[in-house]
Amino acid sequence: MSSAESFEQRSLHAGIVGETLQPVSRKVPATEPPEWPTNAELQVVGKNAPRMDALEKVTGRARYTFDVQLPGMLYTRVINSTVPHARIKSIDTSRAEQYPGVRAVHVLERLLMAAELRDSSAEADERYPLVRFNGQPIAAVAATSARAAEAAARLVRIEYEPLPHVTELEDAMQPDAPAVFPGPTEQSASAGGGGAPRGLPQKGNLRGPSKGGSRGEIERGFREADVIVEGEYRTQVQTHTPLETHGIVADWRDDELTLYSSTQHVFSVREEAAEVFKLPEEKIRVVSDYTGGGFGAKYGIGNYGTLAIHLSRKARAPVRMVLDRREEHVSVGNRPSSLQRLKIGARSDGTLTAIQLRSFGTGGVAAGAGVGSCQHSMYPCPNVSIEHYDVFTNAGPCAAFRGPGQAQGIFAFEQAIDALAARLQMDPVALRNKIDTRDADDVRARAAERRIGAEKFGWSKRRAPGSDPGPIKHGLGMAQSMWPYIVNSYTTCELRISGSGSVDAFCGTQDIGTGTRTVFAQVVAEELGLQPEEITVHVGDTRFPPGPPSGGSRVTSSLTPAARNAAYAAARDIANRVAPLLDVKAEELVFRGGRIEKRDDPATSLAFAEALQRAGIETLVHRADRRDDYAGYARKSGELNISPHAIGGVQFAEVSVDTETGVVKVERVLAVHDCGRPINPKLVESQILGGVIQGVSYALYEDRRLDAATGVQLNANIDQYKMVGARETPAIEVHLIELLGGQSSTDARGVAEPANVATAAAVANAFFNATGKRIYTLPMTPANVLAALRSE
Amino acid sequence: MKSFEWVDARSIDEAAALLADTSPRKPVVAKAGGMDLLDLMKEGIVSPARVINLKSIAALGGVQIDMSGMRLGALVTLAEIERHGGIRSHYRALAEAAAHAATPQVRNAATIGGNLLQRPRCWYFRNDHFHQVAKAEYSEHQHHAIFENEQTVMVHASTLATALLAYDASVHLASGAGSARTVALKEFLLPPSMERERDTIITDGEILTHVSVPAIQPNTRCAYHKQTERDSYDWPICDVAVVLQMKDAFVASAKIVLGWVAPTPRRAVASEEALVGREITEQSATEAAAAAVAAATPLPKNAYKVDVLKAVVKRTILSAR
Repeated sequence: MSSAESFEQRSLHAGIVGETLQPVSRKVPATEPPEWPTNAELQVVGKNAPRMDALEKVTGRARYTFDVQLPGMLYTRVINSTVPHARIKSIDTSRAEQYPGVRAVHVLERLLMAAELRDSSAEADERYPLVRFNGQPIAAVAATSARAAEAAARLVRIEYEPLPHVTELEDAMQPDAPAVFPGPTEQSASAGGGGAPRGLPQKGNLRGPSKGGSRGEIERGFREADVIVEGEYRTQVQTHTPLETHGIVADWRDDELTLYSSTQHVFSVREEAAEVFKLPEEKIRVVSDYTGGGFGAKYGIGNYGTLAIHLSRKARAPVRMVLDRREEHVSVGNRPSSLQRLKIGARSDGTLTAIQLRSFGTGGVAAGAGVGSCQHSMYPCPNVSIEHYDVFTNAGPCAAFRGPGQAQGIFAFEQAIDALAARLQMDPVALRNKIDTRDADDVRARAAERRIGAEKFGWSKRRAPGSDPGPIKHGLGMAQSMWPYIVNSYTTCELRISGSGSVDAFCGTQDIGTGTRTVFAQVVAEELGLQPEEITVHVGDTRFPPGPPSGGSRVTSSLTPAARNAAYAAARDIANRVAPLLDVKAEELVFRGGRIEKRDDPATSLAFAEALQRAGIETLVHRADRRDDYAGYARKSGELNISPHAIGGVQFAEVSVDTETGVVKVERVLAVHDCGRPINPKLVESQILGGVIQGVSYALYEDRRLDAATGVQLNANIDQYKMVGARETPAIEVHLIELLGGQSSTDARGVAEPANVATAAAVANAFFNATGKRIYTLPMTPANVLAALRSE
Repeated sequence: MKSFEWVDARSIDEAAALLADTSPRKPVVAKAGGMDLLDLMKEGIVSPARVINLKSIAALGGVQIDMSGMRLGALVTLAEIERHGGIRSHYRALAEAAAHAATPQVRNAATIGGNLLQRPRCWYFRNDHFHQVAKAEYSEHQHHAIFENEQTVMVHASTLATALLAYDASVHLASGAGSARTVALKEFLLPPSMERERDTIITDGEILTHVSVPAIQPNTRCAYHKQTERDSYDWPICDVAVVLQMKDAFVASAKIVLGWVAPTPRRAVASEEALVGREITEQSATEAAAAAVAAATPLPKNAYKVDVLKAVVKRTILSAR
């Protein structure tokens, strides 16, 4: 924006609607629309509009990448390594190339996703990328049928020179462990997050420490403590299991490369394709009509996309590359494991004096296994010492995964706070009332959420730990979430309104199943006085104006203000043209109930379409941007703007623990959340249900198992990789608060990640209340539970 | 999956002849519900040249219960067993085993014959990688055997077998031209092996035609429990079938069978002996459960199964009625 732009001081409202709404003064760009009232006073926003694409999905008309069929399209099969660590001596593709129906074979020159050597000369002489995990993609075949591709792939001969390997975190930390990389590495982030701080020391497989958030004098903090709680927590590797696996259809033409992609960010696909293939971005178009789920790992083209594009270029035909479930588990990302040594000191009134964390995690051949920021940022504490280490192992690379780092971190940290409450003989809610005191929206939100949640959940009925006499013990627990409120720069929406009254809204974001189309339409409809179904929404195409990635819980916070700004500009433009027809001033016109009418005189009005026609409008086009938050950001990096106000969330869980079989059941969860202004409460609720279910799944079941001798993932399917099913889904109640911040033209924030962050910790704290024993290890399988129950 | 031929068999004799015509180069396999076969083919563990569909043979279906016992045609589905009134009232442990297998969708297709003939669910066995390398080391044996695990740590997957063994069931095998044999179920099942093509004594060209179960005596109490981590669709940690012959309030004889803890379902003889002559009480059930696990030889990662099994044996005995 030009620096000459004028700003004005406005009085807006901030606080929790119905509780603490107060006027605040903000410096706002003069072009921004006036403040919306609370949801109760709006027509469309804040209402449960049905998901716009529901019919498309249930009738099978919705076109996912999996469904894309192009004339002459070829099918593919990837050749993945069958050893965990090796130098490739030779690859013979000749027999595969001669197989009937085969049109192209390609061998990867470079491996994406994995960490890269700081000094690449160590492996500069290698003919092929080194194999560093079992299942690493090496090459791919394109053929006229899937069966031919599969048969031909079996004919590719690879000669390996095996190298020693290590798959277990604690083995890899040993000084004499086989080195996964020959020297120090760097790990860049994807648009979904991840990555690791640059330039950290690396010794063997141990990279770090990263000490961000450390402050004060830790020893002094412990000296000043009246009580100290200490624990060693372990979390498992969780793999990505979206319904639709990673997939791409690549169509290489002389004039343009078109990529149909199951992705969380069409622009990230374009960017990586441009970089790998040295193409100008304007020569690449990426389309994603529907994405069948994405939890942080669907960014860029990845290795599979690289192969697909090469094959399309070689075969001069469109190429379909959709991963199978095994590849999805093994090679396209996972949530790293962790081993967290956490020590907290506090005074007898609960005031925190010291927090010390030393964490080790493995993201396989990728770095980025830190355990979040909650330890140093959630509760005030003068003395904090943080050390995160990445541990490389010969296993598939990690990627962002719903609340990356924070879900692991909160599991340990909120249990430690619970343990502190038990030591101090304080109620866990009361302890948090005492220590959760920063000056920020998430803090104020959590205070309300604790109060509302405790009352709705029946927290006062919570009994002393281990109260049930029989073998099956019940307990209640709670835990808190914190996740940054993120705004994406470069978010632009465009509206095209035709004289016939049709409204088309465009943004190059994508709808990965969250309901982005619907909230986009609701915001535009609100401003134009229409119904959401009267707005045709266009997303998932790099030809549209730039939009946010569907990651970091930032779509609604970024998209909706831009959408409203564009709709507001369009409405004012229309009002100026229609005012003379009604013989009123443009400022007197309001858009309501499908009509354009004089405020306080609905009789002086025209139907929306009729007004456009009478005004002689052919087509109106308006574009507007997501402006920076009115009160600014704590931090900006690249596209990422991070508010000083985070997103809160408090979850309560009731569990039963069968102390003889070790089976844990989560009976019910109450999730009390804030997401700024909820644009569509039903969709928000749906997101939160998904977050809780995924959180329960993480807490109880999901666990990637590798065979140590071969590095093979033994449960790379959805049979033995266990996830929550219908019968294990607890009764989930969601309660939303409406929190305004006076920060943008919609004041909406995200909720995808906050919904997932606190669940495992709440379940673990309920486990303690049920049994009197702490569960330090995830998942809570019978083996881990029985071990915990027998511990001292 | 590789391409294959499909043949609808019209009779047992025809199927037997087709199945006998198998060779390593041109393997021929039988398909009933196809639930396990499809998985094995998709994983590349079985690659038949020809699949003989048995679903087209009407003589392989049907449930008959009379004074002499029960006959279950090989094509009887788990859903039929689960819902059959006669089975529910006379062979409750079997009905329960069927009701807790897999998912409702799978139970509608899966057959009793296929269930008994299925291959192990061991995650080494199910991964083609370990069929191509020399002997696997099986370090991840959380779900494996805690008894008799020196030769193999794999466990037979059939949970219906656990119940059927407690009822002394037999299987009937036909090999065409009227030739047939009857084998006790406990002789029929073999410890699972990657080297063999089957985990039973059935031979090439033989068809499992039906399962027979002796008549249930009056004053019989039975119960079955499958213990899983999850309620919806899960393989067992262990399953237990209990069939008790009562004389007044006392146990006259007992059959207690433990599934998923040994290469084949295991009679808990010590546990049975501990119960005979006693009333079913918390005390006697606890002692019988302790006896059931006394000989366990767990591996480093599956000792928890011993505790779980002990709890399940006790609970199953107490729930027998």
